Amino acid sequence: MNLNEEVELLKGVPIFSKVEQARLKLLAFTSERVNFGIGQEVCHQGDPGDTMYVILGGTADVLIDTPTGQIAVAEMKRNSFFGEIAILCDVPRTATIKAKEPLSTLKITKDMFYRLVAEFPEMAIEIMRELAHRLEDTNQKLRAATKAA
Amino acid sequence: MERSLFSYIWRHSRPEQVVILGLVVLAQVFYFMSLTVPKDVINNGIQGNAFKNSPTIPFLVWELDLSLFLPGTVIRFFDGFQVNQLQYLVVMSFVFLGAVIINGQFKRSINTQKGRMGERMLRRLRYELYDRILRFPPAHFRKVKQAELATMIKDEVEPLGGFIGDAFVAPMFLGGQALTAIIFIMLQNWMLGIIVIVLLGVQMAIIPRLRKPVLVLGRQRQLSARQLAGRIAETADGVHEIHIHGAANYERADISERLGKIFKIRFDLYQKKFIAKFWNNILSQATPFAIYLVGGYFAITGQMDVGAVVGVLLAYKDLPSPIKELIDWDQQRQDVQIKYEQVIDQFQPEGMMPPELQAIPDGPPPPLGKELALAGVVVSEDGRVKQLDSVSLTLPTTTRVAVIGGSGSGKDVLGQVLARQMMPASGSIRIDGKDFFQLPEYVLGARVAYVGQDTYLFPLSVRDNLLFGLKLRPVAPATYDDATRTLRDAFWKESERAGNPPLDPNADWVDYELAGATGPTDLLPCVVKVLKQVELDEDIYSLGLRGTVDANARPDLAEKILKARHTLHGRLKDAAYAGLVEPFDEDHYNKNLSVAENLLFGTPLGKQFDGDNLAADPYVMSVLKQTGLDLDMQRMGLSIAETMVELFSGLSPDNPLFEQYSFISADELPNVRLLLQRLGGKGIEAVPDADRMRLMTLPFRYIEARHRLGLIDAEMEGRILAARRAFADGLPANLRDAVEFYNFERYNSAATLQDNILFGRLVYGQAQAAQRIGGLIAEVLDELHLRDSVIEVGLDYNVGVGGKRLPASQRQKLGIARALIKRPQLLVVNEAVAMFDGRTQDRIRDNILVTATEDGRGVVWIANRPNQAEPFEQIVVMQGGRVAAQGTPSDLAAKGGLYTELMASA
Repeated sequence: MNLNEEVELLKGVPIFSKVEQARLKLLAFTSERVNFGIGQEVCHQGDPGDTMYVILGGTADVLIDTPTGQIAVAEMKRNSFFGEIAILCDVPRTATIKAKEPLSTLKITKDMFYRLVAEFPEMAIEIMRELAHRLEDTNQKLRAATKAA
Repeated sequence: MERSLFSYIWRHSRPEQVVILGLVVLAQVFYFMSLTVPKDVINNGIQGNAFKNSPTIPFLVWELDLSLFLPGTVIRFFDGFQVNQLQYLVVMSFVFLGAVIINGQFKRSINTQKGRMGERMLRRLRYELYDRILRFPPAHFRKVKQAELATMIKDEVEPLGGFIGDAFVAPMFLGGQALTAIIFIMLQNWMLGIIVIVLLGVQMAIIPRLRKPVLVLGRQRQLSARQLAGRIAETADGVHEIHIHGAANYERADISERLGKIFKIRFDLYQKKFIAKFWNNILSQATPFAIYLVGGYFAITGQMDVGAVVGVLLAYKDLPSPIKELIDWDQQRQDVQIKYEQVIDQFQPEGMMPPELQAIPDGPPPPLGKELALAGVVVSEDGRVKQLDSVSLTLPTTTRVAVIGGSGSGKDVLGQVLARQMMPASGSIRIDGKDFFQLPEYVLGARVAYVGQDTYLFPLSVRDNLLFGLKLRPVAPATYDDATRTLRDAFWKESERAGNPPLDPNADWVDYELAGATGPTDLLPCVVKVLKQVELDEDIYSLGLRGTVDANARPDLAEKILKARHTLHGRLKDAAYAGLVEPFDEDHYNKNLSVAENLLFGTPLGKQFDGDNLAADPYVMSVLKQTGLDLDMQRMGLSIAETMVELFSGLSPDNPLFEQYSFISADELPNVRLLLQRLGGKGIEAVPDADRMRLMTLPFRYIEARHRLGLIDAEMEGRILAARRAFADGLPANLRDAVEFYNFERYNSAATLQDNILFGRLVYGQAQAAQRIGGLIAEVLDELHLRDSVIEVGLDYNVGVGGKRLPASQRQKLGIARALIKRPQLLVVNEAVAMFDGRTQDRIRDNILVTATEDGRGVVWIANRPNQAEPFEQIVVMQGGRVAAQGTPSDLAAKGGLYTELMASA
């Protein structure tokens, strides 16, 4: 997969969907492509983290530690991204991500992310917008849930 | 050392001085001849005075005049040749020439010997000063600045060397010359002689007086220069503090102030010097003035012949320079005497170690003794604060004892006293009844090891630092071939003449027995063992993997590494490692190598093909042209330029992304953008030649797997491979040594061990590829029993100035390993593990305790945390510089008190 294809993929990722193409290309160019084999962990719950990943291909399990052991709570596919919380605020990984099929990701480090945001503030606005949408979404769900209760 | 420079010089160079003095006396005969002959030439040869009565006179008459003892008796051996006036002139002229030549030869020989003697003395003096540094009491180093010590030995004693040769000879020689000249003048005319003597006396009285202020200023200049050197060294040492605290301008102010003072001293010096010079000139010209006047008068009135006046003038012409030099010598004498005193004052602190304690042992050092007994030991730095207060302790050298206490308890001072790093102000320390402080240093060095909180490493290899404590004496002499042997013997003879010890740094100084080995061949296991004890083996192993080994020097190891390469590549076929490594293959383009690396397909040796030089190399260019790849490279360059302009335009020029990722620097980007705009989408054909060359250099650094611009398709791979072959096949003979080509069957001396084993590149973007392949390499090396050999290569790593090329924790571990490898009878660990994390502290302590217990060796563990003391058989509890309690852990626990308190606090 070359750079241009990666950029096309990034465009499909919600937080990047409105960011200018040239910026995405720079992001892709300066970020590392990392492939994981089946069963390899991308990150482990509780570990400190400073990178986010965008899935370019393959699927991954999202696993959460429970008193009875790890359980899979979700599955992630192409275009999904994770680890953005670790980039924005210093919290340990909230889940374990494990490759279910051969997984291809774009690894975006915290440094790179901040540098680009500092350089191109419009990117920050797009990301804010996306996070605000998510918050609104969560709020709605919460309201629905409290009403139902 | 003697306070007087003269007695120092006389004591160490008496025989040489006497020889030179003899030569000087002998030289005077010929000097006198060179003066008296011109007189004869003028009076007899030119004016013909002796030929007035007869046309010829006898020449070279050889007779012994005994008329003093037996009046009238003259024994004549030879009547001489009869010569006429012209013959006489010729012969006497040649006699004059001969006298001048012989005189010159004497001067040359005297100067050479003086020079050699001076250099010898300088060497002796420098050595003695350095020797004293090694015997300074440890506390003295807190008072002196190292840069000042260096300046004193290096610069300040330097002029002494020049003077030493002249110390006795110059006054004799110059005085002799002056005396001869004066006697000659007196013989011609006593009145003239007296005038000359009086005028000289005036000169000698006045000039030194004028020069006195010059001397005083010279002393100030020396001191201020020394302090400047110290200040500059301080700046270098404290440069981080200066930056952190923004104090650069305060430092500037200080230096400017000092330089201003130095300027004033030096300028005053100039002024005073030239005033002295002025008077010197006037006074020295006063004498010829008198000779012209008085001598002329005598010649006119016929009381003196013209030849004699000319002779006097000639003799006088030679007189001012010896007199001036004598005065100079006297000034220099005062000057160097002051310098010498100022230097040696700095080198005789109180409490210097007597030289006997640093004697070289004849054989293996004796054991330490059984029991250390401290009685009423008081340590007090300035006489007021007592860091240790009447400490009395008995420490068998075989017990393992921990010392615990708070931060002001004096436990660390106790550790330093046990290593003789601090001297007690009162009280005694005895080892089996003998004074601990009279123990020779080699016994202490071999049998006691001390590790403090920070470790100094010398800028040598890890090995040299590790074995530093084993180098107490030359164990086996170095082997030399006959020619070198002769040279070395002459070298040592000269060393002895200068009072330097004839010790050979090339000898093998490593005492293998101390480390538990029998020789250099079985030392490695001992080294690995201690590295493991301090958990440094992994680090040295990785240094070894990153090190290189010359196949010529270690053919055995090279072969084994090659075997490891084969084994590794066998393993890589396993599905678990699939896709992690792309091996070097002559017939395949390697996507994880840059275009340049693919083209070269080898390790560059030297600078010819290294890094960016490759892109500018004429041979590389010719290969590209010949294979037609140059146009492809220009096209790729254009494509890269377009991408870079697209990606990095709009980024501020100081953004670090430029440096990290861009193929084009921030300064150049606007020009490239302009070029692309002019091009307006046209192909490479439209690009001017000059710009094509620039574009062509861009793809050299391009790595397909990493940069992913999709520039290199299967067809391009084939074309680059063709160029790779053309490069190798056409490589001119003079460039053969500039590259070591990748060859699976050959060890590559220029590449690191790791690269040799891997023989390929890690594939970009494979999660944890480095760790997994690293693990596999370790596995393979273990199987082939090569791990220790890799560690051995790692031992060659140079640790840099002060060990700065190693992280602080590794430095400290190396310091502990250096103490452990000599298997000391008594090991003092003075809070040396404090910088490690808690678990590492405990593990290293346990490793040390286990081996010490096995061998029955003693350990004094000054604990940085009280609970480290638990596994020790004896515990000393300290408080306020005193021993508060002592006993086994269970005893102390039963008693409670401070021990329980400390243990609970930890």
